[in-house]
Amino acid sequence: MIRTYALLAWAWTRAAAQYRVSFALMTAGAFVIGGLDIAVIWVIFANTDSLAGFGPAEVMFLYGTSELAFAISDTLFGNVDRVSQHIRAGTLDVMLVRPAATWAQVAADRFGPHRIGRIVMAAAVLCVALARLDIPLGRAWMVPVMVVSGSVIFTSMFTLGGALQFLLTDAPEVANAFTYGGAMLNQYPLSVYDPRIVMGLTYVLPLAFVNWRPGLYVLDRPDPLGLPSWTGLLSPAAALALAAVAALAWRAGVRRYRSTGS
Amino acid sequence: MIDAAELGRVFRVRRQVVHAVRDLSFHVAPGEFVACLGPNGAGKSTTIKMLTGILAPTSGRIRVDGLDPARRRTALARRIGVVFGQRTTLWWDLPLRDSLELNRLLYKVDRKVFRDRLDELCVLLDLGGFLTTPVRQLSLGQRMRGDIAAALLHDPAVLVLDEPTIGLDVVSKAEVRDFLRRRNAEHGTTVLLTTHDLGDVERLCRRVLLIDHGSLAFDGTLDGLRALVPGRTSIEDVVADLYLSSRGSPRTPPRRPVRGETSGTA
Ligand SMILES: Nc1ncnc2c1ncn2[C@@H]1O[C@H](COP(=O)(O)OP(=O)(O)O)[C@@H](O)[C@H]1O
Ligand SMILES: [Mg+2]
Repeated sequence: MIRTYALLAWAWTRAAAQYRVSFALMTAGAFVIGGLDIAVIWVIFANTDSLAGFGPAEVMFLYGTSELAFAISDTLFGNVDRVSQHIRAGTLDVMLVRPAATWAQVAADRFGPHRIGRIVMAAAVLCVALARLDIPLGRAWMVPVMVVSGSVIFTSMFTLGGALQFLLTDAPEVANAFTYGGAMLNQYPLSVYDPRIVMGLTYVLPLAFVNWRPGLYVLDRPDPLGLPSWTGLLSPAAALALAAVAALAWRAGVRRYRSTGS
Repeated sequence: MIDAAELGRVFRVRRQVVHAVRDLSFHVAPGEFVACLGPNGAGKSTTIKMLTGILAPTSGRIRVDGLDPARRRTALARRIGVVFGQRTTLWWDLPLRDSLELNRLLYKVDRKVFRDRLDELCVLLDLGGFLTTPVRQLSLGQRMRGDIAAALLHDPAVLVLDEPTIGLDVVSKAEVRDFLRRRNAEHGTTVLLTTHDLGDVERLCRRVLLIDHGSLAFDGTLDGLRALVPGRTSIEDVVADLYLSSRGSPRTPPRRPVRGETSGTA
């Protein structure tokens, strides 16, 4: 799976490199967007010393860990929750007849190295925050664990979203749109594919595990809800459980895939 | 090589049940060249998708090279080559050569073996002139030849093609047909293709499977097919007659396929 991803990502990188100008623009764009996020934090703290009791460095830490986890999973694997596009275009059929993991093929599709820009940006924020926080080693080990678990959690959420799309194409209207030339297209429940909904779910549900609970542990803060502090250590377990569920759902989705009538 | 027994696939479309394929049984021996013929919507593509593991059958049983395609899809992918006339298996933005190289890596073909095979395919399919062209810039005929090359680089025992000649001009069609015939004769590659171009069948196949409304209407030789409708000499008229005669009773219970007297079934 890793090999497939690496091969395809490398091929796309070379393809992207053929268009030098747009390549440079997209890379620059990724940095600008990352920079804007930081500017927002900076503007807030120009006007106030603390946000809900957290100082600037602490907010940057919370932002940095979740943004880094999200940037890693979205830039590397975010494509899997756009699998409906491949289903509709029929390109999933092509992926299925190759001797390589479908998930990795979908994830690596149209990979561009400019996407790495966002990861670099988020990592930079986290580094600055850590430099200013001076966290003792006894608790700092949790930081990489947080980021890795967070990436796994977000990636699992994307995968669950993708798995769901295999089932949603079973919706009669969708098959109809394919089969009868799109006449039914207006009945097609577009909202179910709205990426913002999926994004909302991906962000809100597991956020507690990605950076709030373990973040409080690292920062050595009591939980306002009164949960014991060891719950901050549950991220890896939550990540593994979610990954297992997502893998099963994806498999079930591929098995229930019904292609399109062409 | 290919074994289908009472194969069926239904789709639920707006509470209606569409029998895309029903009660389809046939056997293809190693080295055979078989054409699957049938009007639009007959169920040819659905059959191909079940053969390649893209779709799981809803009834019946299928084995390709001894494997159950839907369950052993990835293992099967290494042993079969698949070509879709309607969509490319190449990477749209990559030069043809890079697409083929990527296939080499995905199929884990040894570099030297790959080079020899590519050299051979380059000559036979005349790919030399456009190996460095991005796939999206290729003409349909060139793209199809590139697709066929990609499907054969891992030297599969079975080649499955869904409408490989659709939309091609006469010259490209002739090139594709010539190549497929030689491949079958010289490498012994089992070939199963779908088409509604009767020219393909007349020039290529000893054996025809006629699929109509999802079930097998005829399995046998072209001469056997001709003999079905006396008084017609052109194969085109014969097939049109057969389609028309079944039109009055769409999706009726499956009829027993008519067997040609010299059926190619092994
Ligand atoms: N994914 C699908 N969803 C719903 N109906 C389908 C689907 N695929 C095929 N069909 C239906 O099954 C029948 C056979 O289609 P197909 O196998 O594509 O025919 P052919 O390739 O012979 O033209 C058609 O009636 C088609 O509308
Ligand atoms: Mg078809």
